[in-house]
Amino acid sequence: MLRYIIRRLLWVIVLLIIVSMVTFVIFYAFPSADPAVLRAGRSPSPALIAHIRHTLGLDQPIYVQYWRYLENIILHFNFGYSYQFSLPVTKLIFQRLPATISLTVGAVVVWLLVGLPVGMISAIRRRTVLDRATMTATLVAISAPVYWLGLMSLLLVSNDIGVVHIFDGAGTYTGLTADPGRWFGSLILPWLVLATAFAAFYARLLRSNLIETMSEDYIRTARAKGLPEREVILRHGVRSAITPIVTVLGIDIGTLLGGAVLTEYVFNIPGVGRLAYEGIINADLPVIQGTVLFGAFFIVIANLIVDVAYAFLDPRVRY
Amino acid sequence: MSVGAAESALVEPEAVESVELVGGEIVARSPWQMFWLRFRADRVAMVSAIFIVLLILVAVFAQPIVSLIGVTGPNQPNTGALNAFGQPTGPSAAHPFGVDELGRDILARTIYGAQVSLEVAFIATGAAVLIGVVIGTTAGYFRGWVDTVLARLMDVVLAFPILLLAIGLASACSLGHGCLGGLITPGRVTLIVVIALSSWPYIGRIVRGQTLSIREKEFVEAARSLGASNTRIIRREILPNLVAPIIVYASLVLPTNVLYEAALSFLGVGVQPPTASWGQMIASASSYTSAWWYMVFPGVALMLTVLAFNLVGDGLQDALNPKTGRP
Repeated sequence: MLRYIIRRLLWVIVLLIIVSMVTFVIFYAFPSADPAVLRAGRSPSPALIAHIRHTLGLDQPIYVQYWRYLENIILHFNFGYSYQFSLPVTKLIFQRLPATISLTVGAVVVWLLVGLPVGMISAIRRRTVLDRATMTATLVAISAPVYWLGLMSLLLVSNDIGVVHIFDGAGTYTGLTADPGRWFGSLILPWLVLATAFAAFYARLLRSNLIETMSEDYIRTARAKGLPEREVILRHGVRSAITPIVTVLGIDIGTLLGGAVLTEYVFNIPGVGRLAYEGIINADLPVIQGTVLFGAFFIVIANLIVDVAYAFLDPRVRY
Repeated sequence: MSVGAAESALVEPEAVESVELVGGEIVARSPWQMFWLRFRADRVAMVSAIFIVLLILVAVFAQPIVSLIGVTGPNQPNTGALNAFGQPTGPSAAHPFGVDELGRDILARTIYGAQVSLEVAFIATGAAVLIGVVIGTTAGYFRGWVDTVLARLMDVVLAFPILLLAIGLASACSLGHGCLGGLITPGRVTLIVVIALSSWPYIGRIVRGQTLSIREKEFVEAARSLGASNTRIIRREILPNLVAPIIVYASLVLPTNVLYEAALSFLGVGVQPPTASWGQMIASASSYTSAWWYMVFPGVALMLTVLAFNLVGDGLQDALNPKTGRP
């Protein structure tokens, strides 16, 4: 097991280096705009652009730039300085991280609280009208684009532009430590919107897993020995049907922590996803590099944790 | 007719095995006939499939349809349709879905939006399937270092925060003359390339896994002992057995790619204006909060399209793998 984890960790490092290299090449080879020109302000002289290009190190060959970049990360944990904010990228990311974590954690709570019971009831009441109705509803929820749901919810129930004024609208995000009440209020809509498709997906997943599990022999044994149906479903059925969901959950959380770009964009939440988007639009290479690497880091670490956790949850899995 | 009896016989586990392998061991009907029988019985999936066919027809014949309805063209600004304050006006006899901020007809733009959506999603998914199948079968069949390299390649692609990479690539390629020396032109081509490049590993992984198990089967050994070449074994023995899983996974990737195109267009890195695209319409609608029709119609069109693809995908899955059972 330990050997397996060490091998995986080494691969994580290699993977991140490859990701950083590919990102570097992509954004170096086809930048969306010339960073030097963007920094130079209005109607700059060619000499000024050349000077800025030189100070940013953009006149060096690509491998020199990449090597310098990698060196700074490994030796100083320095991901460079943002062109647009003139701040260290690490600082920017850590500034934005609380918003992304708040969004992710709340949405996870919502979708588990909604998705799992719905999936369970649907599986137990299989083939009933209730089951059919919820399964159709979940498919509709999965098919709705998250940004459209977000905008529609703002149009319908937000305090500023909504038809009915119920929830705080876009751009009202406040830090948890600054004002817990406003933090909660500003995040209710984003949580619900982000959680919708996930809740639907988890309900479907748990339903199909549970239906499969409930046809296993040990469920029949559990029933035969006289356990109440409730116990059979919860202790024997759900417990085993939920294992694959842990896998999916880990990966989803990892992906979202790297930035829920669309939700953060629609609700104007200052998270990592928005930072990345701003970086891309403004050709802020260090920010793009940093956020992509950071997102990849969460994805691969989540994968690793999930694989290790799997061995604990499912005794049949051995590495 | 004995269709009912034949179908219930399919539920027998033994029969199911041979259906799943699309091997043609059942005498009476070809696997495709049985697939069609099951799919046809699935009313929801059939309705969705008909919806998609109609949508394709609408997209292809957008121009005659728009002129038949009698609304103005998708890119025809009309300040006369705006109200006294220069704001978009809602549904009326002349414009059933209302108009946008330039007075362009939203019904016409929604109809034309189907073109971009379907074209990008179908071509990108097709390309992803092609890449995924080639790489997946190669990795699974040859194993060894080839497999290691290709499987690692898929790991790398899957490790990327895909949406970020796509926004970056798309925004880079949607400026001026595109990127890679003009090879990838802005707009649809960029979208297709970006989406195909990021969705092939999902197909590739499945194909690789299936190939790994199929290559150990006796009929592959038989073909090899008869002296069949590797290419022939892959094409004649392995690929036919992959058709069912490929169709199922392609049908799962397709609606995701419809959403993907719309998301990129929504973020402003998709097709170039004035071409109509649902995602881009939703984005512009967000600045006109009193014009509900501007936001609702393209959004509903997008949602219905994705929903129809999802329902067909579900139906295909059930029809191809009867083991999963009907809901």
